[in-house]
Amino acid sequence: MAIEVEHELHARRRGRNYGLGLALAAFVAIVFGLTVVKVAEVGPDAAAAHRADGE
Amino acid sequence: MSDLGLIERQGDAGFGDYVQLLKPRVMSLVVFTAATGLLVAPVPVHPFVAFVCILFIALGGGASGALNMWYEADIDAVMRRTRGRPIPSGRIAEGEALGLGLALSGLSVVMLGLAANWFAAAFLALTIFFYAVVYTMWLKRATPQNIVIGGAAGAFPPMIGWACATGGIAVESVLMFALIFMWTPPHFWALALFMKDDYSRAGVPMLTVTHGRPATRRHILAYAVLLVPVALALAFTSIGGPVYLAAAVVLNARLLWGARTLARRSEAAAEADGYRAEKAFFGFSLSYLFLLFGALLADAALRTVLPGWGW
Repeated sequence: MAIEVEHELHARRRGRNYGLGLALAAFVAIVFGLTVVKVAEVGPDAAAAHRADGE
Repeated sequence: MSDLGLIERQGDAGFGDYVQLLKPRVMSLVVFTAATGLLVAPVPVHPFVAFVCILFIALGGGASGALNMWYEADIDAVMRRTRGRPIPSGRIAEGEALGLGLALSGLSVVMLGLAANWFAAAFLALTIFFYAVVYTMWLKRATPQNIVIGGAAGAFPPMIGWACATGGIAVESVLMFALIFMWTPPHFWALALFMKDDYSRAGVPMLTVTHGRPATRRHILAYAVLLVPVALALAFTSIGGPVYLAAAVVLNARLLWGARTLARRSEAAAEADGYRAEKAFFGFSLSYLFLLFGALLADAALRTVLPGWGW
């Protein structure tokens, strides 16, 4: 029979890991969202002009 | 003590303990005032960008809170109000709080620069520096004017919000700053009046400790009188309007009345009723700020719906 002793300490650690995981996922989502908005704000015409300038 | 008890005390903190390190209650004021500064500005901002700006302004405020808790762990351990905070209670190690504060400071400034502009980001960096270094490290233990000068740190968020939208400073954003700056001393001195022994035990030179309680009461009245013209002036700028003017008149009359009551009360009378008037003034001063900034938002919303609203 497996020993299953869960102390409150383990629950707290799990909570911290989930919290950190969610915070990191939220950060990724924010950076992605920000990128989409910034690119959309610049618009395809301006992006093309920028590319042409560089060439 | 069991070994497990020792491990627990040495920093197996829950996620909530880290959140507590960021002073979420102070953060709510930062979020609200920064959002107001951003939303009443004349330059529209994409809703997602606005959300990200406010999030990272709040995170920057939280980071400075963590740095404050790191530096003040010794004071917090003595004061009844702050004894249960994560560091003095042993749930988070001091170095961990310092690391979190520095990391989040850097992250929030860089992200605000990328989301809005580098002027706003520099402003946020200045705010963090002002709160964590100028107020916490230099002023708080050195002068009874700590609250007055340190109040600037709490007053910057609407200016940062405004800077996110416009990229600069204007008379409106300076007046929003001045409103919070002048509001901070009476708000905290009212708290110091009924948090009687805490500050003296911690050796913090609050006005109540250095100049006595009657002088503190007079200071509250003086600052309330100085606050009124600032609050009213905002009504006549481009972001003011009828809603704000009406709110400012009513709230400032109530503020002056409350400050006058405190100034005329003797210490014996205050002790007899358990500092009821002081607690009421402290509670009202919180609503005062929320309602005034709420009124600015209401006027901004009405200007969008009803063209020609305001002046």
